[in-house]
Amino acid sequence: MRYAMAVDTKKCVGCSDCVVACQTENNVPIGYCRDWIVEVTDGTYPQLEMEIRSERCNHCDNSPCVRCCPTGASHYSDGGIVLVTKDMCIGCGACIASCPYDARYPHPDGYVDKCTFCIHRVQKGQNPACVEVCPTKCLYFGDLDDPNSDVSKVLQKRKFKTLIPEAGTKPQLYFLI
Amino acid sequence: MKEELIVSGRMNYKVDPTLHIWGWEIPLYLFLGGLAAGVLFFAALYYLRGKDKEYQAAVKWVPMITPFLLVIGLIALFYDLNHKLYFWRLYTSINLQSPMSWGAWALLVITPLSVVWSATYVREAFPFWKWPFAWLDTLEDFFIKNRTVLAWIMIVYASILGIYTGILLSAFNSRPLWNTSILGPLFLVSGLSAGAALIMMLSNNPLERKRFSQIDLMLIGIEIFLIIHMFMGFRASTEVQIEAAALFLGGPYTLPFWIFAVFLGMVLPAFLEIWELRGNHIPAYIPAILILCGNIALRFIIVYAGQSSRYLY
Repeated sequence: MRYAMAVDTKKCVGCSDCVVACQTENNVPIGYCRDWIVEVTDGTYPQLEMEIRSERCNHCDNSPCVRCCPTGASHYSDGGIVLVTKDMCIGCGACIASCPYDARYPHPDGYVDKCTFCIHRVQKGQNPACVEVCPTKCLYFGDLDDPNSDVSKVLQKRKFKTLIPEAGTKPQLYFLI
Repeated sequence: MKEELIVSGRMNYKVDPTLHIWGWEIPLYLFLGGLAAGVLFFAALYYLRGKDKEYQAAVKWVPMITPFLLVIGLIALFYDLNHKLYFWRLYTSINLQSPMSWGAWALLVITPLSVVWSATYVREAFPFWKWPFAWLDTLEDFFIKNRTVLAWIMIVYASILGIYTGILLSAFNSRPLWNTSILGPLFLVSGLSAGAALIMMLSNNPLERKRFSQIDLMLIGIEIFLIIHMFMGFRASTEVQIEAAALFLGGPYTLPFWIFAVFLGMVLPAFLEIWELRGNHIPAYIPAILILCGNIALRFIIVYAGQSSRYLY
């Protein structure tokens, strides 16, 4: 089992519904977010290209955050989902510094917090909250080992990229281009 | 020219717009840890070489400061933790891939060791010293008899403490400035240099002062070589590391780094020491204080600049 997510950059309009859904579902403290929108404009005027991405933790196969955690609080869970065990985390910040995507933040209660792929929903067979609410249906979630999952099917059909593959993290968040 | 404009909706505290998860506590600890490692290294080294009569400050007196240095460093580390009451979790697991984990375990050995080492010399410093319990006398005798074993353990753990602070940072491949294996040796050598400077400053034996001044001169030479080597490596590396080097070669950290860490902290004290070794009189505390301040500057600048170096995507 290997959970992954695909983000269709051609369909994403940057409405931030995924961000709000995540904050509501996971009770994210005010002023913080576990997922976010990035808008990139490339080129020279008037030939410009724009890409909108809904970003979050990449749940990497080779996670620097899991590697550098001194207590083992950061760990791989079911299907490669990277999680933090709250009462093992000392809040040292090593994982925050180690993440090339800056996907983690210090929760006001002290421990480090991040996207969980809504594991509490996934284990019940539901999609993560962000995927569920997306009005343009640009987010695909599922098991890469299952060829019939939403994410496997879309990755078979479409071209895609990952972010900073050169960092060697083997990210599992795919961007359809 | 191709341009790229990135607008991010993320604004997480201590993460955006640039990472600043580590403030003054971490570089202060890196300095104190490196300094303590340097002092304990020389104490063990000269004890093992049988020079404890000649280099009394190095072997006996200056190590008495190291428990305080380490404790202040540990308090700074504890203060930096966001989830403080869970700090003991460091000691419920060993993660060999995490330098912070083996650093935590090394500190658990070297801190008590520095106390024990100092305690075995307390009677020599204060002849009328009396331990409050009789079993402490027995313990003292035991440790005095086994000083050679203590020294061997100390020289190993002092080296680990000195080098791990650099490896800790170099293990983060997400921060291109830190992601160089030179940082471990650089922090080790600079810690040894700080230790030698402190011994030189506090010793009242001219021969010992001269020896540590020579050692410091050699260590500064190695430091400067490592720094040049580090920048050569960056310049010959990928774009992110070229940009990381640019922080010091024209970027915002250029002046603080080259003036405070390199010129005032290495080049000037090296000149003063050469001047002194040629027979001119310079008070030992001037180069020593410059070296110690340069050491603090080096760690603050590397920790802060590293957090502002990143991949852009």
